[in-house]
Amino acid sequence: MTDRPPVSDWAKDFDHLDPRWVTEPYQIWDELRRQCPVAHTERYNGVYFPSRYADIRAIAYDTEHFSSRRVVVREMPPRVPTDSGKPKSPPGASTLASPPITSDPPYHRPARMLLLPAFTPDAIGRLEAKTRAICGDLIDRFASNGRCDAATDYAQHVPVAVIAHMLGLPEGDGEKFRRWIHLLLHEGIAENASFTQALAEMDDYFRVQIANRRSVPGEDLITFLLGARMEDQPLSDEHIIGTLRLLLIAGIDTTWSAIGSCLWHLAQHRDDRRRLVTEPALMPLAVEEFLRAYAPVTMARQVAKETTVGGCPFKEREMVLLSFPAANRDPEVFPQADRVQIDRAENRHAAFGLGIHRCIGSNLARMEITVALEEWLTRIPNFDLADPASVTWSHGPVRGPRKLPVVFR
Amino acid sequence: MPQHKFLQVIVDPERCQGHNRCKAIAPRLFELDELGHARAVGDGTVPPGLEDKARLAEANCPEFAIKVAQA
Repeated sequence: MTDRPPVSDWAKDFDHLDPRWVTEPYQIWDELRRQCPVAHTERYNGVYFPSRYADIRAIAYDTEHFSSRRVVVREMPPRVPTDSGKPKSPPGASTLASPPITSDPPYHRPARMLLLPAFTPDAIGRLEAKTRAICGDLIDRFASNGRCDAATDYAQHVPVAVIAHMLGLPEGDGEKFRRWIHLLLHEGIAENASFTQALAEMDDYFRVQIANRRSVPGEDLITFLLGARMEDQPLSDEHIIGTLRLLLIAGIDTTWSAIGSCLWHLAQHRDDRRRLVTEPALMPLAVEEFLRAYAPVTMARQVAKETTVGGCPFKEREMVLLSFPAANRDPEVFPQADRVQIDRAENRHAAFGLGIHRCIGSNLARMEITVALEEWLTRIPNFDLADPASVTWSHGPVRGPRKLPVVFR
Repeated sequence: MPQHKFLQVIVDPERCQGHNRCKAIAPRLFELDELGHARAVGDGTVPPGLEDKARLAEANCPEFAIKVAQA
C-alpha cells in the first residue's frame, strides 16, 4: 500500500483512509461542519468532502453536475493522454459499469426499474424465514462458547447467505465473495492491482454462472436477468455481469457492516439491550436510529460540470465523497445528532442515499438487520466487548467493524 | 364550518424514491405499487385516530415526498 503523509489539516488535506478518520470519524466531521463545511484534498487527484446534510442532499439530487460514472474514490493510475489530448480511461474502465448504480439519466431509470420488483417489501418478506434460520444456525455454532467474534462469526455471514440464495449461488462460495469485496473496496482503494484482479475473477465467475443458467434456468435473479428486456432488447452480458457485480458487492459488505455496528453499540449499552428485549416493538425505531447513527455507506460522485454548492466551487473531473453518514450526524437536521436514541420517532435519515440512486436493497437490508438483531438478542441478551481496543473498522466506501470480539454469559 | 376536519396525506410521485418508510409507519394510509413506490390509500383521507401516524410518515420521509394537509 502507498505510504501517505499524515494529515495535518482536515479541511484542506483530508484523507479518508487516515487511521483517525477510519476509527473515529464523527468528531472530525463535526469540526469540519462548523469550520469548513466543504473540505477538500489534493490527494486521490482531488476530492471534496461536504459534511452538511443540506449540501449532501443538494449534490445527490443534482445529477447534471454530479455524475455517478465513478462512485468510489480510489488511487487511480496516472492518466495517459491520447493524441486528441483527452485522457484515456485507465485499464479496466470499460468493465466497470454496474448499472444502475454507475448510470446517470437517462440510462439509469430503465436499468433500475428492471430490478425494483425483486426488492419490494413483499418480495423481501418472503426471505425472512430463511434469514431467521441462517441466523439461528450461526448462533448455534458459538452460543455455548461464551464468546465469539460478532463480525466474523456472525454479521458477515448473514447477508452472504441471503444474497447467495437470491442469486442462486452456492453458499459455500461465501469466502470467495468476501475476498473479492476486500480486494475491491478495501485494498483496491489504494492498490490498482488488487482491484483489477478481483474484477477479472468476478467476471470469470459470473460468465460461468450465466452459461449454466442458459442451459439450466433456475428461479433466481441471474435467470431473471437473462430473460429481462430493457426497452424491448435483452440485456447484454456486460450489463448482466455489471448488475450482478453490483448486487453481490452492495448486498454483502454494507449489511454486514450495519449488523456489526448495531452489535458494537449494543455490547456497550446495557440499557438499550434491555429495552429491546423487554419492548420488542421498539425494534423498527431502533433499527432506523442505528442506520442513522452508524450509516455504513459513503458513495461518491464525479463533478461533471463546474458548479457551486454551499458557497463552494466544485471543479470539473474532481471527485466528491457523498457521506450519508456525515449527513445523518448534522445537528441542523437531527437534534442531539451525536446521541443514539433508539426511540427517536422523527428520523429522516439518509443512510440509503437520497434521490434517484436510493439503495435498491434497503428493504432487504432492513429485514436482515432486524432479523439478525432479534435472533441474537433472543439467544444472547447480555454481552460485552471482550476488549474495546481489539475492535477494528473497515475503511473505504463501507464502514463497519471487521473484528468485534464479544463475551457473554 | 364542518363538524369534523379530516386530514389528507398526499404523496408526490416525482419525489418518492421508494424508501418505504411511510408504509412501515402507517400501513393503513400508504400502499406501494409494483415497483415499491408509495401512494396514498384511496383519496388519502386520514381516518380519525391515525393523525399522528400521518404526521410521523411525513416527518420520516427522506425525500420530503409526503404532505399532510387539511382535507
